[in-house]
Amino acid sequence: MSLSQGKNTFQSRSRAAIEDPKLRANFLSAMDGLMSKRDQAFEDKAQLERLRILGAQVRQNALVKLPELLVELETKLTQKGVQVHWAQSPEEAVDIIKAISLNVGAKNIIKGKSMVSEEIHLNEKMAEIGVRCLESDLGEYIIQLAKETPSHIVMPAIHKNTAEIADLLHEKTGIERKEDAIYMTEQARLQLRKNFMAADIGLSGVNFAVAETGTLCLVENEGNGRLSTTVPKTHIAIMGIEKVVEKLEDVTPLLSLLTRSATGQAITTYFNMISGPRKENELDGPESVHLVLLDHGRTQMYQDDELLETLRCIRCAACMNHCPVYTRVGGHAYGFTYPGPIGKILMPHLEGLDETQALPTASSLCGACAEVCPVKIPIPDLLVRLREESNNENRQTSRVKGAGVKRHGIEPIIWSMWRWWHQGEKRYNFMTSMMAQFRFLQPKTLSPWTHYRSLPKLAKKTFHQQMKERQVRINRQAENLKATSKGEKL
Amino acid sequence: MTARSAILEKLTQAAKIRAGEGNKIPNRPDFCVMERDVMDLTSLCNQFETVISKVNGEVIRTSEENLVICIQQLLQDKQVKCLLLPSAHEFQETLAKSVEEILLYDREIEQWKDQLFNNIDASITSTLGGIAETGSLVLWPSLEEPRLMSLVPPIHIAILHKKDIQPTFWHFMKRHNWSQGMPTNALLISGPSKTADIEQTLAYGVHGPKELIVLLVE
Repeated sequence: MSLSQGKNTFQSRSRAAIEDPKLRANFLSAMDGLMSKRDQAFEDKAQLERLRILGAQVRQNALVKLPELLVELETKLTQKGVQVHWAQSPEEAVDIIKAISLNVGAKNIIKGKSMVSEEIHLNEKMAEIGVRCLESDLGEYIIQLAKETPSHIVMPAIHKNTAEIADLLHEKTGIERKEDAIYMTEQARLQLRKNFMAADIGLSGVNFAVAETGTLCLVENEGNGRLSTTVPKTHIAIMGIEKVVEKLEDVTPLLSLLTRSATGQAITTYFNMISGPRKENELDGPESVHLVLLDHGRTQMYQDDELLETLRCIRCAACMNHCPVYTRVGGHAYGFTYPGPIGKILMPHLEGLDETQALPTASSLCGACAEVCPVKIPIPDLLVRLREESNNENRQTSRVKGAGVKRHGIEPIIWSMWRWWHQGEKRYNFMTSMMAQFRFLQPKTLSPWTHYRSLPKLAKKTFHQQMKERQVRINRQAENLKATSKGEKL
Repeated sequence: MTARSAILEKLTQAAKIRAGEGNKIPNRPDFCVMERDVMDLTSLCNQFETVISKVNGEVIRTSEENLVICIQQLLQDKQVKCLLLPSAHEFQETLAKSVEEILLYDREIEQWKDQLFNNIDASITSTLGGIAETGSLVLWPSLEEPRLMSLVPPIHIAILHKKDIQPTFWHFMKRHNWSQGMPTNALLISGPSKTADIEQTLAYGVHGPKELIVLLVE
């Protein structure tokens, strides 16, 4: 489901964001902070580069073996009593979770942070059958109270400042209005504690799933992820099919890259490795554990060697923290679950290029994202590829849903003429000299280019003409020089 | 066709095409970047303490002989009234004098959730070891020391033996041969729980413990 309706919504949303000084200030200071924290966390840049290479190899290795690894993961988890479910679409994933909820008679679900659950719009879907989902990550809790969506994949409430959060918590939960993050955190702890006890199901995402041992790994600081996956009788984990790695040791470079790239921490407070439900005689932990594996466009990326690289992502958000566009417009302007550079190369596969056509163009291709990506995803190249796919004439054979969406009207004809001119020397020279000669016919504006930029003017003479004249001039000078030197000798 | 077979078929087909194009299955990546210069235990200990202290983890160095006295002192300093211990803990009797009440984690969570969440001030757990580079404790919750022991009480006291500290997580899992089998739950804990979700202001003690005290037995 797309939030964008109509054609220019990215443009209008980003314009609104740019004109909101408070929002811009919130993002600017947050992104500056995150960038410098990351920088400090990787003191040794040579070591960082080696680690990035290993990180990329580990992910690429897992992707090459993806079908076998998914089966291995399923087998290992099933042996330990975890129930594995497969979903091709968000609808299927929601249906699976609804069925589990009905089966255990659940009324309340407590959630650890999960971007895939945002991707399938789980909270609103569960509300349809009267099951209440409560976010327990502090940032997610805040935006759930505000009835908003995350504006950042690691720091969901980054668009709000302390004063705004104080207003919100005061209004929605009745606590005293104090612009004090520590006070508000303590209040949220108290509010959520009884919900952990009362919840029927705990739902979480997965950061890495290890095929070798059948282990689901969760990275977090707050402890809400551990509570969500330990206290309720049922735990449901949901992940994209690309999150699997081959060996247990594979998580070590990825974990080190993830936490440092995301928030500049050497490691998060908790790294939680779950390999099964409560065993007989064990005194806590969920009695049943379910894993939902979601496709949602991922197999589409898998068909193409270049697009496959998108699937290496470990969701650290360093690309958005370093993106000049994201920093200025914020996460909501993109209008989709995953914002920023990674969102721009991911969402077109999840929702189709027809729904997301503005995204690949929302970039200056400056390359900062690729420079910081811990698994070396060539994001700018993928953006260019998606721009090409938007104009692909072979809609049927393209591997990208919604390809060719921008190919309409007179534009393809203009470009094919353009190509034709450039294919022959004579016609090219003729065309350019005609343009130089009739340059007074050039229109005074070239919208939308000239909305923000000065008008480029055609030159009096073409480049080729100028070069030819230059050559003539040089030859003449050389001859003169020869003549004078001869004269001197004589 | 089920979702499972549809997904697997799409993936297998693409993988086949890739193999057909001559793309060999790559070798396992080389993990030499994870290697570290050899450090003696004392340096590892110091590194562990420095790193965990940065994230508000408290380290108290002690010895095997002084461990009990050290815990008694700590319980007094922190004014712990109700202490949670693993079932059949060796210090149970000696510590009984230091606190008003000792609870043992000997029942299923469902039977005493309220008490666990609301009445306990501190818990003591063992650890499997520590990781110097990230200042992490490694815990394998067990029948005696269930998962929530290290999570719900506001103060978590963990006993770490110097000899069990490894340079990195990678060294630790290699040393303990984790790839051969994992328990239902394994954990790395690096400091008390924290959040920076409100305008990046760091606040300790969100959903997990507010204080983490490591008793480092040398």
